[in-house]
Amino acid sequence: MSKILIIAEHAAGKLNPSTAKCVSCARAIDGASIDILVLADDPTAVAQAAAAIDGVSRVLTVADAGFAQPTAAAFAPTVVAQAAGYSHVFGPSTTFGKDLMPRVAALLGVSQVSDIMAVDGAHRYKRPIYAGNAIASVEAPSDQTVVATVRTASFQAAGNGGSAAIESAGGAAEIPGHTRFVGLESGSSDRPDLQTAARVVSGGRALGSAENFQIIYDLADTMKAGVGASRAAVDAGYAPNDMQVGQTGKIIAPDLYMAFGISGAIQHLTGIKDAGTIVAINKDPEAPIFEVADIGLVADLFNVVPELQAALKG
Amino acid sequence: MKILVGLKRVVDYTVRVQVKPDGSGVATDGVKMSINPFDEIALEEALRLREAGKAEEVIVVSIGPQQAMQQLDSGLAMGANRGILVKTDQPIQPLTAARVLLKLVEKEQPGLVLLGKQAIDDDCNQTPQMLAALWGRPQATFASKIALDGEVATVTREVDAGLETLSVDLPAVVSTDLRLNTPRFIKLPDIMKAKSKPREVLELASLGVESGDHLRYTGYEPPAKRSKGVMVADVPALIEALKAKGLL
Ligand SMILES: Cc1cc2nc3c(=O)[nH]c(=O)nc-3n(C[C@H](O)[C@H](O)[C@H](O)COP(=O)(O)OP(=O)(O)OC[C@H]3O[C@@H](n4cnc5c(N)ncnc54)[C@H](O)[C@@H]3O)c2cc1C
Ligand SMILES: Nc1ncnc2c1ncn2[C@@H]1O[C@H](COP(=O)(O)O)[C@@H](O)[C@H]1O
Repeated sequence: MSKILIIAEHAAGKLNPSTAKCVSCARAIDGASIDILVLADDPTAVAQAAAAIDGVSRVLTVADAGFAQPTAAAFAPTVVAQAAGYSHVFGPSTTFGKDLMPRVAALLGVSQVSDIMAVDGAHRYKRPIYAGNAIASVEAPSDQTVVATVRTASFQAAGNGGSAAIESAGGAAEIPGHTRFVGLESGSSDRPDLQTAARVVSGGRALGSAENFQIIYDLADTMKAGVGASRAAVDAGYAPNDMQVGQTGKIIAPDLYMAFGISGAIQHLTGIKDAGTIVAINKDPEAPIFEVADIGLVADLFNVVPELQAALKG
Repeated sequence: MKILVGLKRVVDYTVRVQVKPDGSGVATDGVKMSINPFDEIALEEALRLREAGKAEEVIVVSIGPQQAMQQLDSGLAMGANRGILVKTDQPIQPLTAARVLLKLVEKEQPGLVLLGKQAIDDDCNQTPQMLAALWGRPQATFASKIALDGEVATVTREVDAGLETLSVDLPAVVSTDLRLNTPRFIKLPDIMKAKSKPREVLELASLGVESGDHLRYTGYEPPAKRSKGVMVADVPALIEALKAKGLL
């Protein structure tokens, strides 16, 4: 039987929704028993949130001041120690999980399955390669621990009706001194989080400047939407890096994605493949984004955005 | 200080790869091959650090078939001092790549290993973290800024929440994100000059590395296609269409 350990992602005492998505992935494995591991300076609040996720048997906590920041160097040795007895160790394919899990896998001497998008069996998965232009089926050996990251856009978060037991799992393994957290610069805002927002309004190079990009924020606020951007818009400094959507940015699955002045390069499209409805506004009728858009409008965004804004505020 | 840079030979990022009709793989015959874009950024950063007097030597490494020498040639033309090709005709998985890189690290004793954050063919995003783990050294992944000061590197990382800064002791492994720099173009005279730079070829089998190719890739399929959408004429029609879908 599969025994699965999921590494909780959290910040400032809040559990990240990516953890409940990992649980959904784990539940797709028949008969799996699922535990969540919380490493934190004070795990109390996060452990309670984790215990409420449907399908979780136990929440294990390790408290240590060295876990105040989620650096891979600090977390990996304790994850490896706690992995004993588990057949699978899963983390989300967010920057947290992408950073941590390969370090865990290498310390365990096993391969990692990156970005599970579908489960075909306890050791058989599907994952995207070539920016999502191909889907590969992979089989992990059944005599090794499976270390994997879960493509969060492929799974709905598990529900919140559970009441798992919370247990202390003892102390931390040695935390190396060679890696020190200095700071986090975060464009904090009251807008819905890009990765979990039901609606996302996104802008590309066509916006032309950071000042112009303001119309995207304004429309997003009217629509109660998160804000995304293409790499070109981020590179040009119109939007901060944490808004980049795509192969090397965030992979998202909102119900509604509205792309303004984004051409639709494959690296961008791979980030929105799982969106419910894609709307594209582009003045070039040949723009590749129209090949994937559910609703397309050939027009100048500088006319469309104010008109939409007025109509929706109306 | 030496800097070791990994250059993986991959299908060029502009190529739209197709799954073979029989699902046995993706069609790569005759398609354009290049240095993995993140690795080009890693090399550019290494060269800038050398030009700033923070490093003496930049060594480029590729693990792959004989043709990967083309990517080393480009790296040498960009300005690397010497190249090492670890030859293998089979594609290898990240754990094996990390073990091979560890062998080279033990031999060359670099102060910094700069790798791409992910290879755009397998999209694994694993090798740098695995190398750091096996080496017992720090990792700073997804770097958008690197500052070296003596035995310490201060690295800004692109994380989901924004920009995180870590301070790590050297030697360390740093993986590059897209905004770290813009790689220089190769000029013709550079290609000529690079012809005489040292190139070493090692057989992977001769390194005594235990294979970490544990995953079996059993089949490939094209991604699910999104069905063709509708075009609307103006904003009122757009709003109508969104309302019809229950999205407004
Ligand atoms: C390794 C690698 C990884 C990458 N990862 C990502 C990634 O994660 N995310 C990402 O987005 N990109 C990524 N890219 C970059 C990608 O290839 C494209 O360069 C980028 O997505 C282009 O951004 P854009 O669509 O905003 O700009 P452009 O391609 O320049 O498109 C601008 C569009 O705006 C339209 N337009 C112009 N003016 C107007 C107007 N007034 N009204 C309406 N439309 C207008 C134009 O017709 C055009 O279609 C990556 C590239 C590489 C090599
Ligand atoms: N065969 C290889 N040769 C050289 N460098 C490699 C190779 N495989 C992986 N790397 C390095 O590791 C990075 C991440 O690769 P991956 O883990 O496969 O996504 C790449 O960007 C390269 O810098």
